[in-house]
Amino acid sequence: MTERGATVLYDVPGPRARLRNNALTLAFGVVLLLVAYFVWTKFDEKGQWDGKLWQPFLRADTWTELILPGLLNTLAAAAVAAVLALLFGAVFGIARLSDHRWVRIPAAVVVEAFRAVPVLMLIFFAQYGGSLAGLVVTEFAAVVFGLTVYNGSVLAEIVRAGILAVPRGQAEAGSAIGLRKNQVMRLILLPQAVTAMMPAIVSQLVVLLKDTALGFVVAYADLLNAGARVVPANYANLIPSVIVIAAVYIAINLALGYLATWLERRSRRSRKVAADPAAAEAAAGGEVALMR
Amino acid sequence: MEAVVDELPVILGAFWLTVKLTVVSGVISLVWGIVLAAMRVSPLPVLRGAGALYVNVLRNTPLTLIIVFCGLGLGTVMNVQFSRDDLSLNSFWLSIIGLSAYTSAFVCEVVRSGINTVPLGQAEAARAIGLTFLQTLRLVILPQAVRTVIAPLGSLLNALVKNTTVAAAIGVMEAALRMKNLFDAHGDAIIPIFLGFAAGFVVLTLPMNLLSGRLARRLAVVR
Repeated sequence: MTERGATVLYDVPGPRARLRNNALTLAFGVVLLLVAYFVWTKFDEKGQWDGKLWQPFLRADTWTELILPGLLNTLAAAAVAAVLALLFGAVFGIARLSDHRWVRIPAAVVVEAFRAVPVLMLIFFAQYGGSLAGLVVTEFAAVVFGLTVYNGSVLAEIVRAGILAVPRGQAEAGSAIGLRKNQVMRLILLPQAVTAMMPAIVSQLVVLLKDTALGFVVAYADLLNAGARVVPANYANLIPSVIVIAAVYIAINLALGYLATWLERRSRRSRKVAADPAAAEAAAGGEVALMR
Repeated sequence: MEAVVDELPVILGAFWLTVKLTVVSGVISLVWGIVLAAMRVSPLPVLRGAGALYVNVLRNTPLTLIIVFCGLGLGTVMNVQFSRDDLSLNSFWLSIIGLSAYTSAFVCEVVRSGINTVPLGQAEAARAIGLTFLQTLRLVILPQAVRTVIAPLGSLLNALVKNTTVAAAIGVMEAALRMKNLFDAHGDAIIPIFLGFAAGFVVLTLPMNLLSGRLARRLAVVR
């Protein structure tokens, strides 16, 4: 029987180890406080804790006039890109599993190519390539394009891995009772795969939301733009403003992260799911859960 | 096509900067990430808490925000300088601070999950046959943990190569920003230039992916 609190690295501490741990806790606590104090004084020397720099965030109009419009733009870009990326991912993920080579190979090339290119390059390309083709590409459109094709390609891998993680017997049983290929996919494989893919999909959507901040580089009026250009332009408080904006991002992402964990726990509990969520996530390259 | 050939030295220079950013911030985040992981699995609640706070804050903040904070906040407002006369060198190092601070949070999580995949029974068995703590760590736990960590670290490095482009936000002339400049200079050759830069990234990431995939398969722990 394993005792509570034991880990693979050390035993449950006995009386002597507890004493030593208490002493070390005190020592490291002091060190961490010293580090925090050092950082605090460095910022204090430049007057970054002055009340007048932080005051604007206590006033409603700073939020309603400057920050919330940025937040809305961030959420709008994230929402549109998420829907398009999910479509892109579903189409290319399923296409990569096609029985026809002329569908499978081009789909694989598209997915692998877009996964290898940084989002920022795709955004620049959308801007310049679009105007070359005579289109008017707004910053919004460029950001959505970059986020859609990159995250869509990653989602395509998640979809493919999720479908492959459904046990073979399911598809065979479907074919045995006379379902067509698209019926097997639509009625048997996808419903089971989607539940298994859910946590990986939500993690990828968190990545997408965080990546909307790249819009800052092309001057899209998003949340980061509000925090690093608009508010400091009014109150000359770059550091306080960026810290506040970071807190907003962290709150949103933590909420989405908890949603992902909750979905994962739920799908692990459900007996209806034949596919293993972890397999779907791991097969998609592991990057999904990692670089979020 | 001519534009790509003409500008080849410039393009290679941009990718050289990308490689430098990747290597320097990769090494720093590996070291700092392992320190953070050690903090998060230590028996001391203070260190565990501090490590968890760092990781959760950095992991949930957009990289662009972190780099902007380093470039404008630390660089301009706090006046952190690495070089008095060379501005580009200054933003190079400031962006490395941002990239390393961000990536180390992910390295920490990978290393920690690697340690967690080793079943408790392995350590109990090691202690039962009388191995000391260091022997348990060196002979039983780390060899198993390191192997499970190779593939995810490989994909982190891959993501880092692409993430170095975010340094463009504070004007570091790496591949993405250089590509934008070349777009401005050669408005008629946008597609060849884009394909050239995309190929550059494929060349940088592909061998790494194949290598880490092969290593991970060869060293996989059968359980």
